[in-house]
Amino acid sequence: MPADYAFPDASAKNAAGELETEKMSLSMGPSHPSTHGVLRIQMELDGEIVTKAEPVIGYLHRGDEKIAENMTYNQFVPYTDRLDYLAPLANNMAYAIAVERLAKLEVPPRCQAIRVITAEMARLSAHLLGLGAYAIDVGAWTVFMYTFTEREKLYRLFEELTGARFTTSYARIGGVARDVPEGWIGRTTAFCDQFLPILEEILKLLTRNKIFMDRTVGIGAISRQDAIAYGLTGPNLRGSGVPLDLRKDKPYSGYDQYEFDVPVGASGDCYDRYLVRGEEMRQSVRIIRQAAGRLPDGPWHVTDARRIFAPPKEKILTSMEELIQNFMLVTEGPQMPAGEVYFEAENPKGALGFYVVSKGGGVPWRLKIRAPSFCNLSILPKVCVGAMISDVVSILGSLDFVMGECDR
Amino acid sequence: MSAETVAALKAKFPNITDRASLDHPAVNAPAAEAGGVLQALRDEHGFDLLADVTAVDWAKGSSPRFTVVYHLFSTTGHGYFRVAADCPLDGDPEVPTATGLWPAANWHEREVYDMFGIRFTGHPDLRRILMWDAYPYFPLRKEFPLAGIDTPLPDPEIAAETGTAVKPAPMAGGPFVASSGAMNMTEAEPRAKDESWNERRTKPEA
Repeated sequence: MPADYAFPDASAKNAAGELETEKMSLSMGPSHPSTHGVLRIQMELDGEIVTKAEPVIGYLHRGDEKIAENMTYNQFVPYTDRLDYLAPLANNMAYAIAVERLAKLEVPPRCQAIRVITAEMARLSAHLLGLGAYAIDVGAWTVFMYTFTEREKLYRLFEELTGARFTTSYARIGGVARDVPEGWIGRTTAFCDQFLPILEEILKLLTRNKIFMDRTVGIGAISRQDAIAYGLTGPNLRGSGVPLDLRKDKPYSGYDQYEFDVPVGASGDCYDRYLVRGEEMRQSVRIIRQAAGRLPDGPWHVTDARRIFAPPKEKILTSMEELIQNFMLVTEGPQMPAGEVYFEAENPKGALGFYVVSKGGGVPWRLKIRAPSFCNLSILPKVCVGAMISDVVSILGSLDFVMGECDR
Repeated sequence: MSAETVAALKAKFPNITDRASLDHPAVNAPAAEAGGVLQALRDEHGFDLLADVTAVDWAKGSSPRFTVVYHLFSTTGHGYFRVAADCPLDGDPEVPTATGLWPAANWHEREVYDMFGIRFTGHPDLRRILMWDAYPYFPLRKEFPLAGIDTPLPDPEIAAETGTAVKPAPMAGGPFVASSGAMNMTEAEPRAKDESWNERRTKPEA
């Protein structure tokens, strides 16, 4: 032992005659299994009680907004995959709709329905991973195995549709990359049919599970007022009892044609957020079934926007006019009017917003990404105070954030 | 609802003006009055959720150079509202903070400060949030190059030990990108931006 080191006097008392305690500082992360990525939380502890929690973010900052200012609108689609990389299909769609609002472009019903199906499948896949990982965080391994198996089935369908399992880049400004393959809709509804009983089984593993309830009920409660004041969105806001769902309240892509319910929590604790996500998966299946059941025929991309959506490949190879059109699109980008739009979509993690400022031409002047995970994490300093250190793990898992989106 | 909201705001704050918008109702407010406008929107018109705070850099030479943009959402009326405030000083942009109205503004304003260098007066904790504390630049300003700038590592001890720095990305003459704005065909053609070398300026000898 170094000579200058001595144990503090354990029997030291303060002025009030109580035993002297010392606050301890603890850095959790950036590489900690429960921080789901690279989040660091600098905590101050009084024994096992958290007295201060300061999230340190930015470890995954890649400058997506700067990159967006330096490329055409279509070139940015793959970057949106890498925001919330657990639900790239939903991000693609949110970005495409934001730019379409700028161009005042209305996509045909078939395209809207395809986008709804894929976005809801992305929600299923994101919630399945979030749920499985959350269960591991609070000590239940098995759930992860079930949810990952189901997620794998979804990924097979994604691969068939987009050619990629993870980074799908499926949406285009004014349409989607390609029409759904033959028989894919049938396989998707077949997935839904077999998925529902398994989902019930998964939720049964947790909903009345004594250990899971001990770790979540009454932990990390967020009041309705706080949830709104901190700008929470998505399941975290609804877990606190605010029935806000942009699919219902500000419908886009034809969500108003489908019947579904918006689950809300009562007390805003970790358990409520879990229940909301569980129920959302059932509702997503409902939406997928409705959309797949009456998928409209017709074009799957806009047909009247020559300066925005690329012509069919066979035309490019055989006709001079379409060749020039394609060349202009690729080199200069889809031509947008000047102006600004702000669009938010209800993504698995919350409201993903894109604020696009255009000066005309094929490149955005400014593109701001409003990341739901960023806003949801900002409540952490408030909600962690007074919790035990093991509760912090539970709270983090229940907020279900993705650092790729938070840091951009 | 939106037209009435704008009219009511204009009656209360004579200095605000309509802002051209393709989607949601929007107003321009002087930076000093932006806080009052936001508070009126929150308390009198039900825009209770601060969805987003961001800024736009209109590039060096334009005045006003920086505009701070707020997006509000009403959880009861289900509509958005945009408030834009031009920063009065181009060289030293600052606007009053909205953290007193919404704690949500805290992180958003830290990010705007981090990326644009716009100071929010009265902010309780105005530090960088995505970049590290000692980072010397504001990366989303238009003059900041896409490739980045040579910068010391965040930790001086590690920098001294390894002798390395954060290097600009190797761009190899590219990327060849189009520019924002309506232009004639020759100008609109994609070209190398902010690179160390291109056809007019040859690659420096290594």
